[in-house]
Amino acid sequence: MSNALVVQLNMLLAALILLTSFALLVQRRIFAILHIFAWQGFFLGLSTAIIGYATGVHHLYVSSLLTLGMKVVLLPYILYKLIHKLKIHREIESMINTPATMMVGIALVIFSYHLTAPIRQLSSLMTRSTLALALATVMLGLLMMVTRRHAVSQIMGFLAMENGLFFAATSATYGMPMVVELGVALDLLIAAFIFGIFFFHINTTFDSLDVEQMAKLKETD
Amino acid sequence: MPPLDLAGFSVLLLLFTAALSPFLSRWERFLIPLAFSLATLASFTAVLAGFLTLLHGTNAAAAIALGLPGLPFNLRLDPLAGFFLVVIGLLSTFVSIYSIGYVRGYLGHRPVTPLVLFYLLFLAGMLMVVLADDAYFFLLSWELMAAASYFLVMFEDERAENRRAAYIYLLVAHVGAIAILLSFGVMAGLASGFDRFDGYTFDAMRSARLSPEWAAAAFFLAFFGFSAKAGVIPLHVWLPEAHPVAPSNVSALMSGVMLKTSIYGMVRVAFDLIRDFPWWWGGIVLVFGLLSAVLGVLYALMQHDLKRLLAYHSVENIGIILIGLGLAMIFTSFHFPALAALALVAALYHTLNHALFKGLLFMGAGAVIHATHERNMEEMGGLIHLLPWTSALFLIGCVSISGLPPFNGFVSEWLTFQAFLLSPELPHPLLKLLVPLGAALLALTGALAAACFVKAFGVTFLGAWRGHRKATRIHEVGLSMRLGMALAAASCLALGVLPTYVIGWMDIIPERLFGGQIASSAGKFGWMWLTPYSHERASYSGPVVFCGILAVVAVAYLLLHVRGAAIRRAPLWDCGFERITPRMQYTANAFAMPIRRIFGFLFAIREEVEILSPRNHAVTAERFHYRLRIRDRFWNWLYTPLAVAAFWIARWVGKLQQGRIQVYLLYSFVTLIVLLAFLG
Repeated sequence: MSNALVVQLNMLLAALILLTSFALLVQRRIFAILHIFAWQGFFLGLSTAIIGYATGVHHLYVSSLLTLGMKVVLLPYILYKLIHKLKIHREIESMINTPATMMVGIALVIFSYHLTAPIRQLSSLMTRSTLALALATVMLGLLMMVTRRHAVSQIMGFLAMENGLFFAATSATYGMPMVVELGVALDLLIAAFIFGIFFFHINTTFDSLDVEQMAKLKETD
Repeated sequence: MPPLDLAGFSVLLLLFTAALSPFLSRWERFLIPLAFSLATLASFTAVLAGFLTLLHGTNAAAAIALGLPGLPFNLRLDPLAGFFLVVIGLLSTFVSIYSIGYVRGYLGHRPVTPLVLFYLLFLAGMLMVVLADDAYFFLLSWELMAAASYFLVMFEDERAENRRAAYIYLLVAHVGAIAILLSFGVMAGLASGFDRFDGYTFDAMRSARLSPEWAAAAFFLAFFGFSAKAGVIPLHVWLPEAHPVAPSNVSALMSGVMLKTSIYGMVRVAFDLIRDFPWWWGGIVLVFGLLSAVLGVLYALMQHDLKRLLAYHSVENIGIILIGLGLAMIFTSFHFPALAALALVAALYHTLNHALFKGLLFMGAGAVIHATHERNMEEMGGLIHLLPWTSALFLIGCVSISGLPPFNGFVSEWLTFQAFLLSPELPHPLLKLLVPLGAALLALTGALAAACFVKAFGVTFLGAWRGHRKATRIHEVGLSMRLGMALAAASCLALGVLPTYVIGWMDIIPERLFGGQIASSAGKFGWMWLTPYSHERASYSGPVVFCGILAVVAVAYLLLHVRGAAIRRAPLWDCGFERITPRMQYTANAFAMPIRRIFGFLFAIREEVEILSPRNHAVTAERFHYRLRIRDRFWNWLYTPLAVAAFWIARWVGKLQQGRIQVYLLYSFVTLIVLLAFLG
């Protein structure tokens, strides 16, 4: 594979990741969100593998396999089970002003390009142009957490943010050291368990996973 | 034994007894005499240490490797500290004796171990404040004193009134402590630079060269902080709340000596640590002193709760001390060391005197409350027949605080007047205006204080019992309480009759601080005559006045008693009304009425007369209800707006806390974006 082809493929996958981020931002069905998240993980793993192949940094294959295993199979599976157990798979989330959210998201993408412009000029990596998209993915994940009311979709926003960070690490420096990546993967797994426990508690306390309910906890004056 | 070791022994004995007392809480009957005897011993040791320091003019320092590593506690016992050791120790000796009997009164009602424990810690804290020679140890001791006294005010914590008073006290004490901390911070930081710690000792602060602005900042922060503790108007509001609700032995100590530690702090900061100051600092101190003196006594006149009245008198007396202090500062800045020494000696003398007579009065009030279970003097009367000892001793306190010879209050107020009268030598026109006005206000204060104590003594002890309950079960208090009060009264007399000696001992303090002394001129004519500046200007002889008064009293007594029939007890003439009741006596409110009319604008007064009659007309009245509510205007002027502002800001800040996760996430998100945009 020639370098130009790798760059093109990488750009394509980055674009797909950004697309899935926007899809996550506006998708209202819980199951659809789960599917989109799995797809995002798949694109991410693929992109990592391609970069690993092109640059000869072979530990990226391990990262790629981890990503595929965790984010495409394990985490979606855990969340799927959870959603079934909590009987919320039919729920449709009400969202505030989808077009405005989209506009903010677009503004964030432009902002990321603006931010990473100096890095793109300095860097000589073949992945340098995807850094802006990775940063945009992080911000869109955070935006998703801000705009959503359902606890599960907030967690999905958090995981999407983590995807963005991982992507940024690959595109900025061809991945973090192996040890760090293993640690992050483990953290993510544990986080999923903790989320699960919290979901149960929130659900039993408030009879709902709508985090708006938690505003009741505030003392009033 | 060197004085510093004696003082250290005193503090350690107090701390040891405090540590011991929780283990004896099951044998309180035994704990009370033991703990208070040891406290008496420790206090007396402190007096000894202070007195030896004054006598020999020693200046001993020591460093103890306690506290944080690299920041040892520094102690120093110089004549100024020694004098305050005497003040604190003398009154706490008397009060500790008094407490043996007083605290026993609580037995069977409530556990007294906390009272004993915090009393001892409180004493130890006060002694440590005076001994401290670095900012760290000073503030540690200061906080120990504040915290211990907070728990003492809270002692009878089942009453909401007490909890409120203790809370206000704690609040004001901490605001003051922060100001003191900042003041020391300024001085320490400028002494060693802000990147090092060794400026925290007083020695480093003494040698620091402060620019005039920073020196003023340091002094006025300290002045604010110490004023909050001393109860200088307008920071006095905690005083009339906290003193009445504390046990009386504690109020005696709080009012008598705890307030004096802040006088010590002011003298230490102004004359020892900063030393070089412009005259207007003294002017400001003088103005606050005058304000406190006049307003304090006016507020006191309006009270009919015996201990509240005494608490307001503490405000007045702190004002008088500040007047002396302010004059001393003015004289020092214009380089009149002899006059400055006179003013400072007057202030310190009044500090000692106020400790003794206010301690005596609070002990007396405690004895009255102990006997009658009543704090409102409108419900008392005629106690002179039931409590002859207490009333005689209380009368001595009243005469002393009113500034009448031959007792000690007269001497120090007279010295303050002398300082005022010598002020026309000052070269500044503003001062030429301020000083006569100040002298006039001080005279007014003295007169009003006398009026106030005529009321306090007359209504409480003279006349007939006004209370609703029968006064049959009122007995004179026990021996230890009488002994404590009698010793204080005797000291009041001794300090009033022999001022020349006292001034001779105190003379070393101004000499060490700024090189001025008055003993050579004050004692020029021997111990009989006190001539503070020169004998042409003014002189006073305590012994002669005392002998004169004794002679007059003796002659009057002889004239009355030599003929047995001269005194006849008969029923009161009732003007034909036939049904005279004790409720018809002159009341405290009635006594204060003319002054309330004249100075009414200073108080928030609400007066209501309700006529209970079938036709709602005065002609057919059956009963009248008279209600009078007098509040300190400073509550409305200063504290209520502050509280409202604090709550307003808190509510406004509270709006950030929406309790919604998205909003919190949004805060992080916006912060992230802003940081990226501006720093990226």
